[in-house]
Amino acid sequence: MMKKAIVYINQFFGQIGGEDKADFEPVIKEGLVGPALEYQNQLGDEVKVTHTIICGDNYMGSHTEEAINTILGFLEDKEFDIFFAGPAFRAGRYGTACGHIGKAVQEKFNVPVITSMNDENPGVEMFRKDLYIFKGGASAASMRNDIKKMVDFGKKILNGEELLSAEEEGYFGRGVRKQIWLNPPVTAADRVMDMLLKKLNGEPFQTELPIPPQDKVPIAPPIKDLSKATIAIVTSGGIVPVDNPDRIQSASATRWGRYDISGLDRLEKGVFKTIHAGFDPAVANEDPNVIVPLDAMRAFEREGKIGKLHEYFYSTVGTGTTQGEAARMAREMIPYLKEANVDGVILIST
Amino acid sequence: MVKEIERAGLPVVQMCNLIPVAKSVGSNRIVPTISIPYPLGDPTKTKEEQWKIRYHRVKVALDALTADIQEQTVFEV
Repeated sequence: MMKKAIVYINQFFGQIGGEDKADFEPVIKEGLVGPALEYQNQLGDEVKVTHTIICGDNYMGSHTEEAINTILGFLEDKEFDIFFAGPAFRAGRYGTACGHIGKAVQEKFNVPVITSMNDENPGVEMFRKDLYIFKGGASAASMRNDIKKMVDFGKKILNGEELLSAEEEGYFGRGVRKQIWLNPPVTAADRVMDMLLKKLNGEPFQTELPIPPQDKVPIAPPIKDLSKATIAIVTSGGIVPVDNPDRIQSASATRWGRYDISGLDRLEKGVFKTIHAGFDPAVANEDPNVIVPLDAMRAFEREGKIGKLHEYFYSTVGTGTTQGEAARMAREMIPYLKEANVDGVILIST
Repeated sequence: MVKEIERAGLPVVQMCNLIPVAKSVGSNRIVPTISIPYPLGDPTKTKEEQWKIRYHRVKVALDALTADIQEQTVFEV
């Protein structure tokens, strides 16, 4: 019997439009739109792509639950054996969207879900444990190649073929350990001796227990003269103006804000508050200076201990936020810090 | 976030309560805080005492930015 596939793409690849259409609400179309044509080409006669789902990246980002529910609703009366999302290349919001919908579809319909992202895509860290995310190119130039990897693997699953390790198949490891019989069988004692001999002979060998490398950053040189330095405050404690103008999420944040504190001597309650959902906010709402110590920094400014305090503080929420997202947000803050000739940063975590 | 800021060449001091987390993530300059919900305050103490704690810890953090460290360092408060 012919198998059926459904493909998820964003508003751009769905030919709805660019950033101005990123709030596009999800639709389902019969047949093939954009990349779905390429999926069908490569799937051949055995698998038919019956529908294409299109959703704006911003809509998925800011109305995640509604978007997921709408799409799950579309799928309720459809028959399908496999679900493809993307490929998302290095597009962060698209990758995150593919991850959100992929995870939801896999959980609800119990079908294999395959997507593809570049290793720089924040969606990789967010969803690699949940989904098959194939290692994709940086831009749409690699569309055909990325889809080929996804389709080849999808066919293997549908045909019930033996699946190899993440590395051999080409997707990001999910941290799943699977017990296998080696062919030919070599006992652990022999394998470890082989490795040891290779190591002693200076030959390359492959460990069976790879430990992820720790990404260490060189220590930045110290500030020489604090009394001439500009210092900035950054926090993951979710302090924002009470109306939270940047709509920073209370958990799993993907947004951040910077707020003007020039002319302020302290953060007053009722003007600033915390939106962090990872702790009881009562104390910080009563006195936001316990997280962003503006009052203390002003004192040091007056005393001449520091040259000056940078006129903005930078804030996001650190709970449930992936390292990938946090790193991206920090990278987005840096140009502002550099432009203001900030010499050093105090980062307060909660 | 600390690492990206430091990668950009800016000295950065992390004030936090979960020292082991800061260490394992790779912060290089670390100053301990009072607690998670109120890093630089303590509702069991008077306003005056809280101000002293905050002033002191922020001072340690500022001094940490001037310290010529060779390895990951947790500064004493």
